Amino acid sequence: MGRIRTLKDLDLAAKKGLETLFPKKTKIMVGTATSGIAAGALEVYEELKRECEKRKLDIHLSKTGSMGMDSLEPLVEVIEPGKPRLAYGKVTKDKVSPLIDQVVSGSIDGLKPAYRIDDEDDLIRQEKITYGKKIEAKLKGIPKINELPFYKKQLRIALRNCGTIDPENIYEYIARGGYYSLYRALSSMTPEQIIDEVTISGLRGRGGGGFPTGRKWLSCRKAHGDIKYVICNGDEGDPGAYMDRSLMEGDPHSIIEGMVIGAFAIGAHEGFIYVRNEYPLAVANLQKAVEQARELGLLGDDIFKSGFSFDIKIVRGAGAFVCGESTALMTSIEGKAGEPRAKYIHTVEQGIWNRPSNLNNVETWANVPVIIARGGKWFANIGAKNSTGTKVFSLVGKINNVGLVEVPMGITLKEIIYDIGGGIPEGKSFKAVQTGGPSGGCIPADLIDLPVDFDSLWEAGSMMGSGGMIVMDDRTCMVDIARYFFDFLVSESCGKCVPCREGVYQMYEILHDICHGRGKKGDIELLESMGKSIADGSLCALGGSAPNPVLSTIRYFRKEYEAHINKKKCPAGVCRALIKYSILADKCTGCGVCAKRCPVECISGERKKVHIIDQGKCIKCGTCKEVCKFDAIIVE
Amino acid sequence: MDLKAITKTARDTIKKYNRDHSQIIAILQDIQGVYNYLPKEALSVISEEMDVPLSRVYEIATFYNSFSLKPRGKHMIEICAGTACHVQGAANILDRFERELGIKRGETTQDGLFTLEEVRCLGCCSLAAVVRLDGNIYPFVKQDDIPRILKKYKKQEVK
Repeated sequence: MGRIRTLKDLDLAAKKGLETLFPKKTKIMVGTATSGIAAGALEVYEELKRECEKRKLDIHLSKTGSMGMDSLEPLVEVIEPGKPRLAYGKVTKDKVSPLIDQVVSGSIDGLKPAYRIDDEDDLIRQEKITYGKKIEAKLKGIPKINELPFYKKQLRIALRNCGTIDPENIYEYIARGGYYSLYRALSSMTPEQIIDEVTISGLRGRGGGGFPTGRKWLSCRKAHGDIKYVICNGDEGDPGAYMDRSLMEGDPHSIIEGMVIGAFAIGAHEGFIYVRNEYPLAVANLQKAVEQARELGLLGDDIFKSGFSFDIKIVRGAGAFVCGESTALMTSIEGKAGEPRAKYIHTVEQGIWNRPSNLNNVETWANVPVIIARGGKWFANIGAKNSTGTKVFSLVGKINNVGLVEVPMGITLKEIIYDIGGGIPEGKSFKAVQTGGPSGGCIPADLIDLPVDFDSLWEAGSMMGSGGMIVMDDRTCMVDIARYFFDFLVSESCGKCVPCREGVYQMYEILHDICHGRGKKGDIELLESMGKSIADGSLCALGGSAPNPVLSTIRYFRKEYEAHINKKKCPAGVCRALIKYSILADKCTGCGVCAKRCPVECISGERKKVHIIDQGKCIKCGTCKEVCKFDAIIVE
Repeated sequence: MDLKAITKTARDTIKKYNRDHSQIIAILQDIQGVYNYLPKEALSVISEEMDVPLSRVYEIATFYNSFSLKPRGKHMIEICAGTACHVQGAANILDRFERELGIKRGETTQDGLFTLEEVRCLGCCSLAAVVRLDGNIYPFVKQDDIPRILKKYKKQEVK
């Protein structure tokens, strides 16, 4: 197919996409995002290919992004024309052959599908996609996707295509209404109208800051200068967050389309996507997507015969957390060490090479095509009053249903952790949830009814951040978590300004001492006062928000700090210098596994007799507790 | 290491990027892609050919975590230190690797087989705790799995 220049061309491309999206034959899709690959999805895909060839089956095989429910990986979905889409979880290589048997015979007696999709709403085309109208009796017992607790409260706007389309096939993206918003924007809207629509939508920056996107675009449009840039921040550095990775891997065109629309509204002709070096698959998929868009004329000169030209360059980061900060990222794109600068002059006026530059996060860009298609008002009706729309969170840590969830803002923490996440594993109790990465804080269990939106999280001493939600149970030490974040920040502080470079280091030393039983009276107060000075005195957001992990844990878990300092005890049983492992005589069966696996051979005992730990030799690594099947080892 | 080869690699890479100063990071990434680290000689070539002070090149090479000025081992072990992994005991996993290999994080074993590094979140938080070995992700790693994982790689060498 040649360049797409008219609506008719776009319709033709969509038709081509439909041929592989809903082929007239059986289709099997494997989720091959990074999480799927780690679980063995690529081997499963190869095995499927081999098996189909061996049996001479005419089946369309396809790779997709992630559906978000990582506990089901490797996830394989089967679509037969006219029948509901069936998803099989944990399909390892050895289950491929039985699965194919089932597909051929039409039975579902062996491997049980985890869920089925009868129909779904196409957000952009505003139509219902029906997979199967008539539901056979045998399928009735299989839950529909939106009946699963994990998906029930979700609304997938940014993730609309992840797990459904092949990210390496631009036609499938177009078949889901992709690039139609761009056509609409270029053919029938003025830049001002686009910015108005984004402003009405109430969309706020999804990277964490929550700055109104429409206002940012307007300032950049108004800024003086012939050459302007738009940038996509894909340097997802917050540890514990991976929603942008999933989007870049699973639906790269949604980001590109958003950027072209934004560039037209702002008046930019060049764009950059800055991606983390740790995400090789995201880089590869984005690169391919940019090339495909260029080939079809959706990037390059005279897009849709509008006279508007725009192109995108992919820039790989090199492993520096501070480069997620907008000014540092721009300095890095210029090819320098990514140090931030003071923002007396905003980047929308003077960014890359001192030219007006508009930076938005991956998820923000991915929302733009939907806003143009459905209108700002539609978007503003979703979510909470000052935090409209949805937000993607990575729900991880001590929680049953791990994965990526996209929910309307304003939903409570309780709904996310208990209804969607299914609560805490092993009957442990929920202690806190960490949001906002190293800039955020820990929200305690008593605030479980807190609505999740930009302002409520801020008031609770944390922040939205890019969307990491790390759930902690009673075996997580809050002082250790604060120390962990400061260890992170010490090595990631760029060193340019003193409060951050020296202050963060000194706070780390104090926390380190507390965790090692050397805490002193007055340490808590010292941490609080230093935290305030660092927040006030630092140049960029990294230093400005660095004290949050300490201040929030002191605010909500002061008693835990006091136990470390005054009683030299770690109530959660984490800080090695303050804990002791021992064996419960009434539970130990004398199986000897702990003695065998102990790396320092400090456990002794006769077979079938109670074992004992030599406290002098024990390094408190916890391997014995990890391997004991009888819960006979306790830590105190 | 062959000095001539390094010089040639560096020169070719610089040419590939049209001596563009804004591409120094990409140039360094490509060179590291070839040698697994940044040879000192390559930095000098960049400085001379591109007319950038060596101190600038050195600044970039040391500012970003993914660059290494020391040769790395044949197998790269990266322990994820993201928050989700930390909560699931990543610190203990790092300790165990250090103990098994007899090196600290950031170091390479004497036989040149393994380099041990800590990395800031691999974005596989739902699979915590995670270790990446030569680009392959090992999910849900427990301390007790580590000797077995290492044995597999050591066995390969013997063959």
